[in-house]
Amino acid sequence: MYTQTEIIKDTTGIGSEGELVINVGPQHPATHGVLHLVITLNGETIKKIEPHLGYIHRSIEKMCESLNYRQFIYVTSRMDYLSSHINNQACALCVEKGMQIEVPDRAKVIRVLMAELTRIASHELWLGAMAMDLGAFTPFFYTFRERELITDIMEETCGARLTMNYMTPGGVTFDIHENFQKKVKQFLKQFKEKVVEFDDLVTNNVIFRNRTEGVGILSYEDAISYGCTGPVGRASGVKCDIRKIAPYDAYDRVEFDEVLDTAGDSFARYIIRVKEMMQSVRIIEQLIDNIPEGDFQAKTKAVLKLPKGEFYTRVETARGELGVYIVSEGGMTPYRIKFRSPGFSNLSALDHMASGAKIGDLMATMGTLDLVIPDIDR
Amino acid sequence: MTNEEIKAFITEAAPTASFDETGEWLNIAVEPASWKALAQKLRNAPLPFDYLFCLTCIDWKTNLTVVYHLSSSQNRQVNIVVKVKLDAANPEVETVCDIWRTAEFHEREVFELFGAIFLNHPDLRRLILTDDFEGFPLRKDFEDPINMIKL
Repeated sequence: MYTQTEIIKDTTGIGSEGELVINVGPQHPATHGVLHLVITLNGETIKKIEPHLGYIHRSIEKMCESLNYRQFIYVTSRMDYLSSHINNQACALCVEKGMQIEVPDRAKVIRVLMAELTRIASHELWLGAMAMDLGAFTPFFYTFRERELITDIMEETCGARLTMNYMTPGGVTFDIHENFQKKVKQFLKQFKEKVVEFDDLVTNNVIFRNRTEGVGILSYEDAISYGCTGPVGRASGVKCDIRKIAPYDAYDRVEFDEVLDTAGDSFARYIIRVKEMMQSVRIIEQLIDNIPEGDFQAKTKAVLKLPKGEFYTRVETARGELGVYIVSEGGMTPYRIKFRSPGFSNLSALDHMASGAKIGDLMATMGTLDLVIPDIDR
Repeated sequence: MTNEEIKAFITEAAPTASFDETGEWLNIAVEPASWKALAQKLRNAPLPFDYLFCLTCIDWKTNLTVVYHLSSSQNRQVNIVVKVKLDAANPEVETVCDIWRTAEFHEREVFELFGAIFLNHPDLRRLILTDDFEGFPLRKDFEDPINMIKL
């Protein structure tokens, strides 16, 4: 494990000016995983935050070097387990780009539908967990009620509730279940009725607003410099939605807005996610009755071989920009693969955002970053 | 900025740079010695490359190549890839974390997984691995007799 000397290199100054070093995590309930923060405090004011990672590092990048292009996608579901569909999509897109596989229209639309359902599910889990971090227990049950419907829809079509492994190079593994459209419409109806409850419970809650407004401010310049993407970047006004910048799959044929805010505080990051869920609903509504007929998978060879070269694809996960960078030497396995995970860059801004604030505000700041630790550690 | 404009801009700043346009984005190979000055110029270019969205390293056995993916927040359609080849025996390059702050974490990751040294990095120490871990796991010559998956 980490030795004390590694955590604090120079111990001479510790305690001299009332400084206190505390550990948050790796088993802290509000870090939602095994994140270890070493926080230097002066009284109640945070002076420095040092994240220590690696408690769940599985070296997925190294593993992928010995797996072929069909197998490595299954490992990536375990990175950002809350948006595993979108991880799979990114990898499938990268292999398709390398091999120049044309994906059938039906598969493209199914992929977008699944990705947007995943985004709603992920944001709902985040909303419940975030409210719980700040002391409100009830929203967790409210958000999980609708999230449960999505996982049921996923289970019916993909056979799994969390790590779906549904998207493969060339399309999707199976065709959608016959109940899929009916169930999604039911879900949309219920979700639109119930989403106002979040506003009543959380958005207009005085305690919640006091704890999040003006807390953990990230400026526009810093958001770009730290590489913050997703709702974190957009709350600071950065136009970073990959679905708009470089539309992939069927995103070029749907209408939706990129939700932006300029406040850059925790409340802005919260409200961006709530509005984003409604945009996802909008996308699903446009596509659910217009799933084209045809194949759900392109005909591909059993053994995929990428030509020599380098391929980079970007997708928008629920947390931000996920990049897949494959360096191929022409064989059955990648020579080097790199996942640019959104959480890793977002976490690097935490020290900047929370330094100078009170320790009590840390959870409000960290909660809205929506950190998923397996995504950061990979 | 079009590719031609970027090439002219870079050639002016770093005359030894070479270009490769076969991929999706413009690839630029730069000497380690001239990279820091070029990075500063790219950050302050007419179209500022202010967004470093990926920093990684590739072990080519004879050398380590640090790869920087850059884009501009003003026009995200313009992307360039900068490659800095480091000597395998002595992999050293200047840090860019004062230019793009996201590089601080990414360089720490590359440092521990590949063993590339980033000079003048404010806090270059391990982020993921434990203190007593030996070797650089993402290098090609790394052998772990217990945990390695082999097909």
